[in-house]
Amino acid sequence: MMLSHSERARNLLHGMLRIRRFEEKSAELYSAGKIRGFLHLYVGEEAVATGVMQALRPEDAIFATYREHGHALARGLTAASIMAEMFGKAEGCSRGRGGSMHLFDVASKFYGGSAIVGGGLPLAVGYALAQKMQQRPGLVACFFGEGAIAEGEFHESLNLAALWKVPVLFLCENNYYAMGTALERSEAEVDLVGKAAGYRVQGESVDGMDVLAVLEATQQAVQFVREHNVPYFLEFRTYRFRAHSMFDPELYRSKAEVEQWKQRCPIAGFSACALREGWLTPEAIHVIEDEVAQEIAHAVEFAEAGTWEPTEMLSRDVYTERKGTGTVP
Amino acid sequence: MEAGTLVEWLVRPGDEVKRGQVVAVVETQKGAVDVEIWETGTVDQILVESGRKVPVGELLALLRTAGEPVAGAQDISGLQEAAGVEAASVLSGASPSRAGIPPVSRISPVRPRVSPSARKLAEELGVEIASLSVAETGAEISRADIERAAQAAMKAQPAIQPASSDWQSQMRKAIAAAMARSKREIPHYYLATDIDMSAVSAWLSSENLKRNVTRRLLPVIPCMKALALALREVPELNGFWIDGAFRSSAAVHLGMAISMRGGGLVAPAIHDADKKSLDQLMADLRDLITRVRGGRLRSSEMNDPTVTFTNLGEQGVDGVFGVIYPPQVAIIGLGKTSEKPWVDQGAVVARKVATATLAADHRASDGHSGGLFLATLGKLLQEPERLR
Amino acid sequence: MMEDRIRTTYRKALNMALREAMQRDQRVFLMGEDVGRYGGSFAVSKGLLDEFGEERVRDTPLSESGFVGAGIGAALNGMLPIVEIMTCNFSLLALDQILNNAATLRYMSGGQLSVPLVIRMASGAGLQLAGQHSHSFEGWYANIPGIRVVTPATLEDARGMLWTALMDPDPVIIFENMPLYNLEGELAADAGPVDIDRALVRRSGEEITLVTYGGSLHKTLQAAERLGDEGVSAEVIDLRTLRPLDMATVLSSLEKTHRLVVVDEGWKSGSLAAEVMARVMEQAFYELDAPIERVCSVEVPMPYARHLEQAAIPQVDAICAAALRTVKRHV
Repeated sequence: MMLSHSERARNLLHGMLRIRRFEEKSAELYSAGKIRGFLHLYVGEEAVATGVMQALRPEDAIFATYREHGHALARGLTAASIMAEMFGKAEGCSRGRGGSMHLFDVASKFYGGSAIVGGGLPLAVGYALAQKMQQRPGLVACFFGEGAIAEGEFHESLNLAALWKVPVLFLCENNYYAMGTALERSEAEVDLVGKAAGYRVQGESVDGMDVLAVLEATQQAVQFVREHNVPYFLEFRTYRFRAHSMFDPELYRSKAEVEQWKQRCPIAGFSACALREGWLTPEAIHVIEDEVAQEIAHAVEFAEAGTWEPTEMLSRDVYTERKGTGTVP
Repeated sequence: MEAGTLVEWLVRPGDEVKRGQVVAVVETQKGAVDVEIWETGTVDQILVESGRKVPVGELLALLRTAGEPVAGAQDISGLQEAAGVEAASVLSGASPSRAGIPPVSRISPVRPRVSPSARKLAEELGVEIASLSVAETGAEISRADIERAAQAAMKAQPAIQPASSDWQSQMRKAIAAAMARSKREIPHYYLATDIDMSAVSAWLSSENLKRNVTRRLLPVIPCMKALALALREVPELNGFWIDGAFRSSAAVHLGMAISMRGGGLVAPAIHDADKKSLDQLMADLRDLITRVRGGRLRSSEMNDPTVTFTNLGEQGVDGVFGVIYPPQVAIIGLGKTSEKPWVDQGAVVARKVATATLAADHRASDGHSGGLFLATLGKLLQEPERLR
Repeated sequence: MMEDRIRTTYRKALNMALREAMQRDQRVFLMGEDVGRYGGSFAVSKGLLDEFGEERVRDTPLSESGFVGAGIGAALNGMLPIVEIMTCNFSLLALDQILNNAATLRYMSGGQLSVPLVIRMASGAGLQLAGQHSHSFEGWYANIPGIRVVTPATLEDARGMLWTALMDPDPVIIFENMPLYNLEGELAADAGPVDIDRALVRRSGEEITLVTYGGSLHKTLQAAERLGDEGVSAEVIDLRTLRPLDMATVLSSLEKTHRLVVVDEGWKSGSLAAEVMARVMEQAFYELDAPIERVCSVEVPMPYARHLEQAAIPQVDAICAAALRTVKRHV
């Protein structure tokens, strides 16, 4: 089904704004002590999750990183269920067991939220292998940062996926810093697409600040994977505008560099483009802003109103409840 | 108890002694107590002369052990074997404060190495761990040691009349302390019931007719047996309240309240009363009374009653509401048996009736259990021929 | 009536179990290093490639983390994978996947996910494979909530534990003991799945309880026989499942014997034997009539030379000596 330019523009802007406002509110609630633990914000990278998810289908599965609020929102999880999760409430998408870094929603095939860099890649390969063995439609979209490329699991996974010819879309969000370590300080070879090619995985680099470029490249990659039933690699060059987490004085990069990237804000850029091209009017953008503001406000109310899982339930779901088996300590 | 007076030595240096033999008599505030020996051997040296007051834990004599050490946990440690002598015995006194788990009344050179299981068994059987000779050698004490000690404690020992001094006033103080503690700490509840004693009286008369005078049974004997059996049915009344919890006892050691010549009262145990025949109970009671009146009791008898029985029927008392002897949790009383009007199937008839009473610790049991106990007692006394 | 019995080995019993599982359920597949063409490093999967093909008997590169993670991913997506890790030492390369994903995903997702994965790995010394192939990490894995750890030590369990493990909705690690692969014996011709919940009394006795698992079971049974000759009646318990531990069986034996020796090929410090001891102290202190003894591996990397290797692991002599000390008898 083809969308009109204005419908598509509306979806993309709405998707990105939803993430931006959600993250801003999260930062505020973290300062207020409502959210604890580690909190990694996606501000600046909204175009990647938004563009990628709009190129996927419901039967596709997602494996994401610990900076995954954006992926979860773009995949369709409600802001309310994510916010409640970060509040630690039983109404959260992981019942308060996971927090910011471990968002799960099986209904939308969103398999988390992994806080071990590179740890999700083998899962994506295995999931795709099962798709292939069961002859099911649907590919696996696996997000990871450029930091994961230094992990053995990246190399093992690309090799396995290529060797086994399984439908995995490897989505590298290259925001240039693994926490505070710049890519060129951790990789001898910074040509990431070239690394994928070393495993006979085709791929390309994409401007991750341009949501249209992301959408288009992903659509093509998805088509390639579906047609050939093989993995594909996309590098999105992007940038986070905020600190790595809430405890980061950002000693490793200059303010000027951050300002320079902020000039390329994906939301501002796309809004200007949509207005220029006539896809959206200023009023339409206002309406989007209002809708997003309402959803975020509702999410906070929902999280506030949520309940704490009783501590008696602490041990629930360590194992699946079974009949007639021994007790679990 | 902290000290006692060594009244008399029953052995001299050079004497051969056997494990379990009474070697000395020590006078305590609760009466004269036999000192038993826990090793077989030869008395080497007497360290405390008679008449001397000695603190608990004082070494009284040295014993030369004979031959090879006994197998198992009774091994004597190498050091002592080399020395050729070991401590024979120290004060092993009765304590008025705790039965069943008496306080350590010996001071051992080393902390006894008792296995947890043995410690638990010792509590159940009323074995005083500190009284075990192995406790002094530092050897490990296992369940088997406790079982052996419990068996040894069952065996009666000969008794000898001691000299007497001011122990009656001491005993008065001990009774005062125990009874005051009881009334202070134990929330007593009291129950009474009338029991038709006709059947048991008739049975006893005919039974005694068949016996010569020395073997006749006192009327209290079937009652003791019935009572012990009833306690097995209601274990909440048989045991101890210790450290805020009730510990029931598997064995029924019936403490018999016996008044003493010249005043005072003790309640030494008849061990395993529920398992003994009427004849055995009679023999035990006679032996006990003789020794009590003579002021001679063994520490184990003083220490381990699990319940007390007081029979004031002889004095013409109708009923007795006793004061529990802590840490026990019940005292059972029996009044005189006399003819009273009794309704049987709608008709008033004359029957021999006695009032049985129970004073029990409400922390350990409730009135329901107490009632059940008295009812069981009454029922058992209706079939005296089965009380064997 | 005598049931039909066949003569077989532990290795063949494992092979039968794999074959049966793959025949019974299309979701089952086997992957690991050299499970296919090579027939399995210890020849456990011999013949399966021909019968089930490359898709279901999948050789993997030397990427333990990768293929164990792939097993988890496949388990999340409707399959029942059996992942073979050649030795438990290699499993450490996949520990991230086992602990951070397999054991954790169900809980972390608030009960949404389930990982019905079976991992088989070989453990145990005795084949002179030295310091990187011979260890016993059963106790380590038994520390992880979210997984089940089983240790087949008999032909029945080698034959029967796999299917039950596959039917478990949560991850199960099966430790196969290397020296036991050649164990020969008789097995009922119709032997099938067995429970993976309970410990079993393999020999009953009155005076002392010997608790063990895996490769040490047979040494412990031998020790019990010898103790019997010396007049000590020993009961032998095979734990079978190390997580969750079936303490009820251990405690009920202890109520009878009051004495305990734990035999465990793992290193002593923080071992599974330590866990058994600790639980006995918590749950049955007053049953003990003697200090508990442990017979564990000496805390060295496993040496190569046969005499040193044998000196490093629990042996019948040491088990007997510990038992005799515990019952206070000396030979």
